[in-house]
This record gives sequence, structure tokens and C-alpha cells, in this order.
Amino acid sequence: MIKNISNLGDAALYCDFGNEVNKSINSEVIKYFKTIKEKKFEGINNLTPSYNKLIISYDLKKTNFKEVKKFIENINIEDSKKTNSKKLEIPVCCHENFSMDIKRLEKILKLSREKILENFLNKEYFCYMTGFIAGMPFLGDLDENMRAQRLETPRVKVPKGSVALTEQFANIYTFESPGGWNILGNTPLDIFDSSKEDKPNLINPGDIVIFKEISLDQYKNYNE
Amino acid sequence: MSSNYLDIIRPGINTTFQDKGRDHLYHIGIPFSGAMDNRNYLIANKLVNNNLDSAVIEFAYQGPHIKYSGEKINFAVTGDVIFSIKKKDTEIKGKCYISYQIENGDEINIISTNKSVYGYLALGGELDLKFQWNSCSINTKANIGSNDGKKLDIGQRINLKKINSNKDIKKTNYINTKIENIRVIKGTNFDYFSEEGKKIFYEKEFIVSKLSDRMGMRLEGPKIENIVNTNIKSEGLIKGVIQVPADGNPIIMLSDHGTIGGYPKIGVVASVDYDRLVQMSPGSKIKFKEINLSDAETLFKLYEMETQNLLSQI
Repeated sequence: MIKNISNLGDAALYCDFGNEVNKSINSEVIKYFKTIKEKKFEGINNLTPSYNKLIISYDLKKTNFKEVKKFIENINIEDSKKTNSKKLEIPVCCHENFSMDIKRLEKILKLSREKILENFLNKEYFCYMTGFIAGMPFLGDLDENMRAQRLETPRVKVPKGSVALTEQFANIYTFESPGGWNILGNTPLDIFDSSKEDKPNLINPGDIVIFKEISLDQYKNYNE
Repeated sequence: MSSNYLDIIRPGINTTFQDKGRDHLYHIGIPFSGAMDNRNYLIANKLVNNNLDSAVIEFAYQGPHIKYSGEKINFAVTGDVIFSIKKKDTEIKGKCYISYQIENGDEINIISTNKSVYGYLALGGELDLKFQWNSCSINTKANIGSNDGKKLDIGQRINLKKINSNKDIKKTNYINTKIENIRVIKGTNFDYFSEEGKKIFYEKEFIVSKLSDRMGMRLEGPKIENIVNTNIKSEGLIKGVIQVPADGNPIIMLSDHGTIGGYPKIGVVASVDYDRLVQMSPGSKIKFKEINLSDAETLFKLYEMETQNLLSQI
């Protein structure tokens, strides 16, 4: 449930679902997101679901805070609303060519490389949201003993396909970008494809992701 | 093979194709993009008899030098821009907010924007560009839009699909006004900052840093102290949001911003001031002034009426 609605500037509604980050709150956010999107309210031009917030931005030439707020307050969210979530296997190569921060992780987590991979691979992660850069999925939750802080100084360039960790989340860099997450491996899969306009994102909020390890040879041959 | 085209002799620093931008894509991580200074974008199209949502060439600081080949066409430049038009052996100084006619072999040389950032070049016709999600706007970060999502480059040729038959010369007397105060609405994390920090935000001057681009405007000045947490759980952003990271220097989100961010939001720039904000060049002084939501809505309504009025007189 939305706990509070306020304004973010003069052209967006800030819907607050609380401060906790968990699947049940996030599923509520996604339910609202999907319902509102289907209703196509005149003037709403963007919806940004995140862990526990939903930001609804609108064209101030067409509508305003009061109108959009009233619409949201009276919306009927069906509990049975299908989330259409998928289960996806993402191949990841954790060869030293890719796992740039493995030494740092070993030190911070006080775990061996083998243990880190064992903890990370073959488990189900939930996609809380996508964004920051196009198509980047925010996946959770990592085990308690796998949670590391961001790098103190972010990298100027994180390679495309990097699979990286911070706190309770994993993400995938959909293209080369600056970034400060701990890089554990790389996937040869295209997670974002702008040529597919109707479905550019491979992973969407609500989806389940499992990372499967592949060897360097398998990685190299993957797209051939 | 198109018979009307532009050759890029010099691309300029940050020259892209822009239009109205793309919406309904924040949830997958794609920002609005589109022309930074919307009013000047609209005026440029109106001056050359284009549809108001047509693609234009946007440039920052130094603009492009272009050679035109083909049948007669109108063009117009908007913003505060210094440029010249070369016809055979004569070169004349161009004026903004008036359309000119050029013909085969003529050149347009956009030298610079004057104490501002963005300028617009509209051609009376339709550029032959690729659209992605109903917009040709180039987002160089995600490589989305026309031109493979990349800035215009030297030696490039741009074709025109169509040339407007209406070649009436049009003009307007628009003058770009500067504002000293940028009006802001209190942000959702305003209370993360110390009393002193809040005072600094509204009372002190900030300087626009060189590290500003279509994604964001970084400010330098007195540090704004955070007393709660320098990070929040990542959540959505919109253009105009002012985030303050741990170093205490505000960053204003602009049209190509990341769609999600994890820094506390101290304020949001009122929509009425966005066009003028983006035109503040590095070194400019900014002061923030708080306004409430209802004033912001009224001011925007007046600004929009003024824009429509300007357009209707062209």
C-alpha cells in the first residue's frame, strides 16, 4: 500500500511505500506500476518503480499534481493482477579476465573465491527494478555474508556485461558505463537491445534470475 | 540518393539531433532526452514552417560548420548564437530569430553560443533520420536515437527527405532573458540536511562547474552538510532534481539523466525555469529561491502561455 503521496517538484508524484526493501513491498510497487501503466491517464508520461517508491511524472501542460493524485488515490489495484514474471538463466563467466574485484571481495567478505562463487551462483534472485542506465537490472537478495560496499572511487569505465555486487544486490552493466559496484564476472548475453523497441530489456521487474557459471571457452564461443 | 543534403565540415563540440524527446521509458532506464531548451527548439521550427515536433540540430558552445547542396531551403538559428552565412564569395554575419534562404553550395558556420550553452539550427524540411521510440533524439550515453546515438562527426552527410514548399521569410524579436535566481521546490529529502546546510542552499551562490553536460549540471560552492545519511535507497529521478552526494556539492539532473539515483534530493527546479537553467554556462552564478507547488504551477502556466503567444506571432 502507498503510505504517503507527495510532490517531487511540480511535475511528478512521489508515492512512498515505506522504507523497507523486501520482495513483498516491491511487488506492491510493481502492481501499482502495471495497473497505472495500463490505464493510460492523459498527461502521465513516465512511471519509475524502485524498491519501495513509485515516481509518476506528468506533463504540466496537460495535467497537475491535484488531478494525478486524485487518480492514484481512487485507482483500483487488483490483487490478482498477473505480474507475468519470467524465470531466466544468465550465463556468467567468472574467469580472472572478468572478475576485477574478486580480491577485494575476498578481503572484505573474508571468504575464498570458491566460497563467494558458491554463494552467488545457482540461486534465485528477484528483479526489483531496472534503470539508472538503460536495462540495468537490480537483483536481490544476496546472502548476509556476501554484502560489500561500493568502491570508494567508482571506475570511469565498467565493461559491458559486467555482473557486479553491492550491499544486498547484484546488477548487470548493460553497456559500458561509469560505475562503482564490485565486479565478479561477465555475461555474454545482451541484457539490453535498443533495436527491439517493444521489448528492449531481457530482465524486467518481478522476474527471477539465476546465474549459471560458464568457462572462458564457453564465453568466447557464446555468440558464435 | 537524395539530392538535398548537408555535409559536416566541422561538427562542433556537442552537436546532436534533437526533437521533443521520448516518454514512457523511465521504467526501463531510458531518459526523456529531447531539446534542452524547449522554447528555443519550438521557435526554431516555427521560423522555418516546420511542424513543431520536427528534428533540429542542437549544439553546445561551438556549433557546426555545414555546407549545403540542393534546391533552395530556409533555415533559422535560435538561442544566443554567433554565426555566419557564406554565399559564393560573400560572407555575412547571421542573426538569430530570422529565417534565411540558402541554395546549392552555401555554407552555415556556427561559431559559438554567446554566454550561454545551447543553440538550435532548424532547416525548413524533414531530415532523413532514424527514429527510436518515436523520437530521433540522440542519447550519446546509451547510444539511442538517430545517427547510431552518436554526436555528429566530421565528413558526415545528412540527407533531407523533403523540403518545405512554404519558403516565406519569418522573424521574431525574441530576446533570451537571464535569471539570477533559479526557483526550486523543496525536495523529498530536504530534512537530511543540517540547518546550516539548508540556509546555505537558499542563501549562498553556487557556480556552474565545467563538468556539466546534457546529463547533469554540477555546482561548486559552499558545501551542504548532510546530517542523516549521504545515501538513500535508489529511487526514480526526474529532470530538475537537485541531488547532494557525500561531497556536499549539488548536482542538477538534466534531460539525459540516469533514471535512478541514490543521493538525497534537496530540491527540484521549477519547470518554469528549466529552459533558462540549462543555458547557464560554466562559471555562471546560481542562487536558489524557494517557491511552493501552487506558485510553481501558476508560473509555468504563464510561461507556457507566453511561449504559445510567441509562436502564434511568427
